[in-house]
Amino acid sequence: MSDTKYWVALSCIKGIGSQKFQMILKHFNSIKNFWHAEGHEVKEVFGMNQKICNTILKYRETINPDEEMDKINSMGVKVLTLNDEDYPCNLKNIYDPPPVLYVKGNLKKQDEISVAIVGSRKATVYGKVIAEKLARELSEYGITIVSGMAIGIDSCAHKGAISGNARTIAVLGTGIDIVYPRRNASLMQKIIEHGAVVTEFPLGTTPLPQNFPARNRIISGLSLGTIVVEASERSGALITADFALQQGREVFAVPGNVTSKYSTGCNRLIKQGAKLVEGVFDVLDELGIVYEKISNEIKDIAENKLNDEEKEILEMISYQSSPVDSIIRHSRFSAGKVKAVLTSLEMKGLIRSLPGSSYIRI
Amino acid sequence: MLSKITSCALLGINGYIVEVETDISNGLPAFDIVGLPDSAVRESRERVRSAIKNSGFNFPINRITVNLAPADTRKEGPFFDLPIAIGILAATEQLKTDKLKQIAIIGELSLNGDVKPVTGVLSMAYSLQKRGFKKLLCPLENAEEAAIVEGVQVYPIKNLKESVDFLNGEKHIPAFSIDIKNYLYNNSNIEVDFSEVKGQENIKRAFEVAAAGHHNIIMIGPPGSGKTMIARRMPSILPAMTFEEAVEVTKIYSSAGLLPNSRPLIVNRPFRAPHHTISAAGMVGGGRMPKPGEVSLAHFGVLFLDEMPEFRRDVLEVLRQPLEDEIVTITRVNATITYPAKFLLIGSMNPCPCGFLWSEKHECSCTPNQIQRYISKISGPLLDRVDIHIEVPAVEFKDLEENIESETSDSIRKRVDSARMVQLQRYKNLPFLYNSQLTPRYIQRFCRLNKPCKKMIKDAFDKLGLSARAYNRILKVARTIADLDMSENIREEHLAEAIQYRNLDRKFWI
Ligand SMILES: Nc1ncnc2c1ncn2[C@@H]1O[C@H](COP(=O)(O)OP(=O)(O)OP(=O)(O)O)[C@@H](O)[C@H]1O
Ligand SMILES: [Zn+2]
Repeated sequence: MSDTKYWVALSCIKGIGSQKFQMILKHFNSIKNFWHAEGHEVKEVFGMNQKICNTILKYRETINPDEEMDKINSMGVKVLTLNDEDYPCNLKNIYDPPPVLYVKGNLKKQDEISVAIVGSRKATVYGKVIAEKLARELSEYGITIVSGMAIGIDSCAHKGAISGNARTIAVLGTGIDIVYPRRNASLMQKIIEHGAVVTEFPLGTTPLPQNFPARNRIISGLSLGTIVVEASERSGALITADFALQQGREVFAVPGNVTSKYSTGCNRLIKQGAKLVEGVFDVLDELGIVYEKISNEIKDIAENKLNDEEKEILEMISYQSSPVDSIIRHSRFSAGKVKAVLTSLEMKGLIRSLPGSSYIRI
Repeated sequence: MLSKITSCALLGINGYIVEVETDISNGLPAFDIVGLPDSAVRESRERVRSAIKNSGFNFPINRITVNLAPADTRKEGPFFDLPIAIGILAATEQLKTDKLKQIAIIGELSLNGDVKPVTGVLSMAYSLQKRGFKKLLCPLENAEEAAIVEGVQVYPIKNLKESVDFLNGEKHIPAFSIDIKNYLYNNSNIEVDFSEVKGQENIKRAFEVAAAGHHNIIMIGPPGSGKTMIARRMPSILPAMTFEEAVEVTKIYSSAGLLPNSRPLIVNRPFRAPHHTISAAGMVGGGRMPKPGEVSLAHFGVLFLDEMPEFRRDVLEVLRQPLEDEIVTITRVNATITYPAKFLLIGSMNPCPCGFLWSEKHECSCTPNQIQRYISKISGPLLDRVDIHIEVPAVEFKDLEENIESETSDSIRKRVDSARMVQLQRYKNLPFLYNSQLTPRYIQRFCRLNKPCKKMIKDAFDKLGLSARAYNRILKVARTIADLDMSENIREEHLAEAIQYRNLDRKFWI
């Protein structure tokens, strides 16, 4: 039997991060040995630090590793420890990788070719459309999209990958059994089907504000690069970008309007040397990924199958968004007919409805 | 001596007959009214006493007992002043009693003997008609309204003296008559028209569909985008009211005392737009002297709730019963009053508390949580009764200046009328009239989907993120769109358009 349950148990104790895990491993060879060690042996590892020793000794009494593990198994959650072969390679290489990762869904080898897309929870339509489009297009090149499942940019990044039928990973700032934000419950389910939801936090961890910066290091750590789509001056997305830099990964930023407060963060990143992103190729070039689409061109196939009315109306919709009213006015069809065609084009994945009764071609 | 006068009272919006019996006997001078009078009725003693004296008659210094029968219903309002005064004069032989048997009397008195108008006369006149009464003496101001009722001759009077002269046969008052056709057809000029709304073809179409199937509708759009302007024009594309509908609406307004002098019969569908500070009682009716609320004043017409999330939660809550049952029930100590309340609900809201969420020119200052809270105020049971959601974009000024032909309300209403006819035919022997009223069982029967449609709706749920509660609503709206298209079956294009009207389910702003 593996040591996993002891890893889980130990990681439930506050104040034990990857550094302490390393110290313990060096001293005891395995976490299991440590768990069963005498009090004085425990004290030897940490030397002067009495406080942490007492905490550990106290908690060891209250936590039953088997029970914890049963609970996890019964939820269909997998656990990866730093010692596991399947532990994501990119993440293992950062300074303070989480000793334990809780996973719902599947992490695959191919997820090493991954890019994080992050941004503000409160984003503009422009930001959301760009996030979704970038995610979708990157995913067409076999790139896994990593993000934080927050509302706004993060959700759009996940959705983009899902709509491209590609892989995506969400890193949570809560226990894996907590859905946060609640309204993303169905998105979470889809992410699990299309990849994985992961977290380092023990079961039942609530969304405490201090969890999120720590979570952000995992987002950047899993990825080859991080794209910030829209970030205001103090957005959490900038923390993710900082981590990416510290971890030696690429940082990309999508430029915004110079007058928009939603983009001040991004524009500053660019000033500081982040790669400016206008489209997927800026990212692919920088990461040295060959231009070879793997998920083949669903879009072209769909476009070829359109009937005449659909073709005509598709032509009227711009890549910058077109109001429904102007489409109706300039077409030769009735309002009802135009609306019907819009639904069918959207379901074919060729256009996307935007708030305020307009459509954008994608 | 004993006298007996027939009068009427109001319960809810319906009239009923009240016998006013007056007995004068020897004994200590007293003036009592029995038979469940409320305080307003008891106050009529003072008015009657003064009016009688000031009209040059004698007020008896005896024991006066007035009984209002039936005694088991509470009598409210000042309707009985005139019948009581006449009753006293009859019992003291100051007037001839031979005409009193065939004539009903309604009216309030002022201290100097003038007769003042009362509320609810139309309903009361109908109750007389039902009991075979042929003649009604009523305040001059109420005569037109009462004359709508066929078979009841209406004698308008100005004061107590004139009433007595008339009953004594000393003064001739001609029966008041009106030409109903005149009201029905000449008065139906609605002042606003859809052709005044520039652009917004998308919303106009949604309104057409809503009108055709009697679907409630909610508009989401920034301030000043014309939501109020468009909502006001909804009555102009609804089918014209029938005479029976007009009478029912008029009864409601009459009993609320809101009947305009110039219009004894309300022939245009009402449009009510209460302010968001309204109370629950104001919305559904009630109060010490029960009055119909906004939902009843909107009966057969439109109830427009501008800035819907700003309404108090308890007020939105009380809308559920009328939306479900098309009536409101108000429980009183001695009676339960029901008011009809069958209206089309139009709601409007901003996309966020500050209104600028979609704006490219202004910055929205709301946090995601504020936005969520704002929207969640109208979600749930209320939103479940709204079939159509539509987003209203801000109109560009250049669109307003551009001189584009806009369709008139008349021409839209023609299509609505035909679609309503189709529904009336289809639901001939069933307990409902429009597609919006279909229950799940009947949806299965009347909104069958063929194979391609079934696939489409499944795809819509998978790909567009619709929530499950949208399903039945989409089918009902698709049925209406097919009816507008005169198509027996729901086709793909009908369904595809219906899917467009579920924006709030798609959570686009998250
Ligand atoms: N499509 C239009 N065609 C013509 N006039 C319009 C149109 N839209 C708006 N207007 C003009 O703009 C004014 C503002 O519209 P309205 O008050 O209906 O906006 P609203 O969306 O209801 O705003 P609020 O948020 O205050 O409810 C109207 O009085 C009307 O004159
Ligand atoms: Zn706002």
